[in-house]
Parts: sequence; C-alpha cells; structure tokens
Amino acid sequence: MADAVLRLNDVRRLFDVSAPWLARILSGTGPRMLKAVDGVTFEIARGETFALVGESGCGKSTVARLVVGLYEPSSGSIEIDGTDIASLKTRKAQAPVRRRVQMVFQDPYASLNPRWRVKDIIAEPIRTHGLIRGEAAIRARVDELLRQVSLTPADGDKYPHAFSGGQRQRISIARALASEPEFLVLDEPTSALDVSVQAQILNLMKDLQRRLGLTYLFISHNLAVIYHVSDKVGVMYLGRLVEVAAKADLFARPQHPYTRLLLDTVPDLAMTGRERVAVRGEVPNPIDPPSGCAFHPRCPFANERCKTERPSLLAAGGNMVACHAVQEGRLPPWGGAA
Amino acid sequence: MAVDVRAGVVRRAWDTDLAYSFRNSPVAVISAIVTLVLILGSLFAPWVAPHNPFDLSTISLIDAFDPPQWIEGGSPDFPLGTDEQGRDVLSAILFGGRISLGVGLFSTIFAVVLGVTAGLIAGWRGGVIDAFIMRVADVQLSFPAILVALLIDGIVRSTLPHDEQDQIAMLVLVGSIGLSGWVQFARLVRGSTLVERNKEYVQAARVIGVHPIRIVVTHVLPNVLTPVLVVATIYFAFAIITEATLSFLGVGVPPTEPSLGTLIRVGNGYLFSGEWWITVFPAVTLAALVLSVNLLGDWVRDALNPRLQ
Repeated sequence: MADAVLRLNDVRRLFDVSAPWLARILSGTGPRMLKAVDGVTFEIARGETFALVGESGCGKSTVARLVVGLYEPSSGSIEIDGTDIASLKTRKAQAPVRRRVQMVFQDPYASLNPRWRVKDIIAEPIRTHGLIRGEAAIRARVDELLRQVSLTPADGDKYPHAFSGGQRQRISIARALASEPEFLVLDEPTSALDVSVQAQILNLMKDLQRRLGLTYLFISHNLAVIYHVSDKVGVMYLGRLVEVAAKADLFARPQHPYTRLLLDTVPDLAMTGRERVAVRGEVPNPIDPPSGCAFHPRCPFANERCKTERPSLLAAGGNMVACHAVQEGRLPPWGGAA
Repeated sequence: MAVDVRAGVVRRAWDTDLAYSFRNSPVAVISAIVTLVLILGSLFAPWVAPHNPFDLSTISLIDAFDPPQWIEGGSPDFPLGTDEQGRDVLSAILFGGRISLGVGLFSTIFAVVLGVTAGLIAGWRGGVIDAFIMRVADVQLSFPAILVALLIDGIVRSTLPHDEQDQIAMLVLVGSIGLSGWVQFARLVRGSTLVERNKEYVQAARVIGVHPIRIVVTHVLPNVLTPVLVVATIYFAFAIITEATLSFLGVGVPPTEPSLGTLIRVGNGYLFSGEWWITVFPAVTLAALVLSVNLLGDWVRDALNPRLQ
C-alpha cells in the first residue's frame, strides 16, 4: 500500500529481567530477556482502524508504547509517514513526527494529572508544540475541543476528580486531539469503563475518525469491541502476530488455530446447546517461549514441524497467517466442531 | 463586589474537609493558638517586648537577678525577672524566639529544597544516579543528625577567621541543620516519584513531547508535595530543637544575640544558685513551641491521610 501512515518492520522489543549482576555471577546464570514483542511486521493505511487483539501479556500494549515512542525498539524499524523514527536522533527533530501521533490510555483515572485543571490538561500539547499563541486563542481552541468530545466549555475550569470515567476518557481524547494528530493509538480505551459508557466512547471515536480523517491503532482484548470499530485485525500471541486479516474475513473465516480458539470463547446465542471446546493450557512464559511455533503446546493440530520450525506470516485464503498446518492444508474448515 | 468574592473564598475555606477536621480537633486548635502567639510575639518583638535587651543604654546592672514580679523583690518592670546583666527575661525570650524561629524556618526550607531536588532526580533517573544519591543518604542517616550538624558547623568555623564568625553564625547554623536533614525528604520524595513516574498522566506528557525537566517540575512535583508538607512541619520543630541544642553546647549563635538555646545555656549556670527563672522561662517557651508545632504536624499528617478519613 502506498499511503501507509504507520509501518512496523520486524520490530523486536526485549526487556532485561535478569537478576542483579552479583547474584548472577554467584549463581552462574546468564542474563534473562523477556521477548515482549518478537518480530512484528504490519502497516496501517490512512483512515483505517487497525486492531490488535490478544490475551494479557501477549505484547499488544508494548506495541502501542513502541509506536508512540515510550519505548525504543530493540531491533527493527518503525516508520511514521515514511520517516524512520530511529533516524531522528534528537527530541527536537522527533517533535514534528511525534506531534502527529498521540495516544489515549487505558485508565482514565490515572491518565489525567489530578492537580491540573481540565483546560490546562487539554492545552498542554498546544503549549508544548507552540501551535497557538496567546491565552485567549488557546482557550478558544480548548473550548472547541471540549465541544468536539461532547463536553461543555465550562468543564474546562474543573479538576479531573469532578468527572466520571467516561467523561475523563473524553478529556483524554480531547487532549490527544489537541496537537492535531493524524494517527491515534488507543490502548484499551474502553476496558476500564462501564458497558453502557463503552458504546458512547466507541461511537465518539468513530465519529471523530470520520470527521477528522484519523487513523487508529486500536488495542483491545475484547472481540466485541474490535468487531464494532476495526477495519483490519491483527491477532497477537506471545509477542508475535499469528494472523492479520480484514475484519469480515477474520470473523467469518478465521484461519489460525489460536484465532479460532479466541472466537470459540465468545459466548454466542447461536451456540446455545453446542458443546464448547475448553481452552487448553495457558500462555507460556515469554522469557522462555516454546520452540518453533509458540502456540504448539496448546494447538490440537501441532506436529513435529510445529515444534521445531517457526512459521512465518504468509497469505492463506485472503488472510495472512503464520501456521504450518494452514500452509499444509491439514486444518479442517471453520464452522464444524474443531 | 470584591467583598463578596472574598467572603466567598473564606466561606469555601471554612467549609473544606481540612477546616472541618481542624475545628473538631481541640489539640490542633490549642497548639495552633500557642504557635501563633509565639510566632507573632517573636515577629513583633520590638513592639511587644517591654524592653530591648540588645540596647545597652537601657540595661542596668543594678537590675540584675531580679526575680519574677510575683515573687518577693520582683518588679513590675520585669514580669519574668532579669538575668545576670539586668536584661528582661521576657524581652530576651521574645527576641530569642525570632532567632530560633528564623533558623528553624530557613533550615527547614533549605532541607526541603535540597531533599526534594535530590529525591526527584534519584526517583526519575533511577540507575546509577539513584544508587549514588541514596547510598550517600544511607551513610548520612547512620549518623545522628545532631552529630552531622555539629560536624559541619565545626568544619566551617575552623576554616573561617574568628572575627567573621559571629556575623555568619546564623548562616552556618541554617546550612548545617539543613544539610543534616535533607535525607528524610529525599527518601520520601524518591519513593513517591517512583510511583508517579509510572502513572499514565506522566506517560501522556511524554507522548505529547514535553521536556523531561518540565514533566518533573509541573507533573511529578505537585503530586509528591503533600507528604513533604507533613514531614516539613515536624522537621521544623526538630530544627528548632537542633538549633537550641547547638546553641546550648555553645556552637550556635553568640550570646550577644541569644536564641532560646543560648538563653537556656546562660541561665543554666545560675540554676543552682537560686536564679531559676533565667533558664526555666526560655526552656518552657522552647518546650511549648516545639510541642505545639509537633502536635500541629501530627494533625496535618492525619488530616491529609486519605486512609484515616
């Protein structure tokens, strides 16, 4: 695709979880690395919503933090609008690119400074990047942003504790929009909210996307939310992408055994009375991931090749899938009992 | 109009949880009154005190060793009696309180500024810088604070010519007491900074692209200051005691401009020859001041603790 806003190229991020140096010498163990993100490649086209889904600890939040620059990749490259972030060395050089990528965080109770007034919280990106000069002009822009997220300008004079979780998330969104970004990273923006408020926030996001032409990277573990907002979905397992597909294809014809397992766990009226396949096992420890395909200890279709050779993301039936069984055609079609 | 606004502010201050908790704590009210009386009396000593103990023309040796006025031989001119030079004890206490409070206040400010800065740097940067600052703090903490203050005081005095010492005695005291107290503020702030640094509002500021120094000053600092306020109140009382101890030991302010500690030391010599008032009244004042500031500090700590509400 020519017009990719974001492109990740074989991005890896390791975390050093070694014991202290002295303890390591005494016990004779080497350094231990946690592979939070292990070779992830994808791109997001302009105006599209790309969703990352996976269980806790699969590295989806780490991907979000890598994209907005809270973490540096250990290897691989992240391109925003065709510019490799790593090639911009200083904070000053990165500022124009960073301004265009903003983030909405998961916990609306922790993501707003409790000692700042809402108008100052929202104005922070404007002041930091010097986008608007003059207090009156800044206030006017803050009022406009507040209206954009369905709050009133009078709310700007209050402190965050005066607001509910949903309203706080609206403030968070207004702050993210203040620097006029074209790309938003949404890290589970609704998982801390009441179900009744979730839909409001999701619809607000879709509405803003349409009006402002935004591109979203949407992180969630909730398949229903993903079905509601996304255009394309990436399924992550243990730091790797196992399947990437358009939303309709993924939900209608999931290819990877793990994607099927995820979809199987969603309660569904049509399934009433059907025997449910229990999920086997747990996510392995990312410090010491299984050899070959990381999913093989839990996979009903695993064979010797899966235990030794790591599958790569290849096209299969319209989706991109990393699975030997899919490539070899030994997977039963979706729909019947797996 | 302006009056309305001001009345509104008072009204709102009166209605806060903090004001409510204050009104319902007799200990806090009494200690606040005692502290306020002593602070105002000292601050306005030149107008409140019956005499100026530093004005040599008004003191007369004939008045020396007068007892308090309610005792046989006392004079209404000197309500709490006089010392060996004929100086009014009440006036000396009020003027001495200025020095005690001044040293206490400025050494607390010094310790807070130093400790908060060190704590913020250690907590924010982490790694080697954190380890270095906190090990220095640990080493200093293993010595009693009074010993550290005495040590710094002694070193500065021995490196300075004798005739300059009296002029900068206050400065040396503030410096040594402040340096002996930064550790507890540094530990406190480092701990809170480690917590705040990982909160999402700090990460949000980083994503926006705010300069790290600005993040620390505008985001982290306001959120770690509440516990600092509590410890600072208690440290203020401790600083006054330390100043009095140093002055009592003779390394504090000179006798020509006595603080409460100096007054206690000078009077101590006459305690067993019958002139008890010279040392007892400054000592009672010091005890009352330190006790009420401490009780006030305890109240602030409880009132600001969300878990106790």
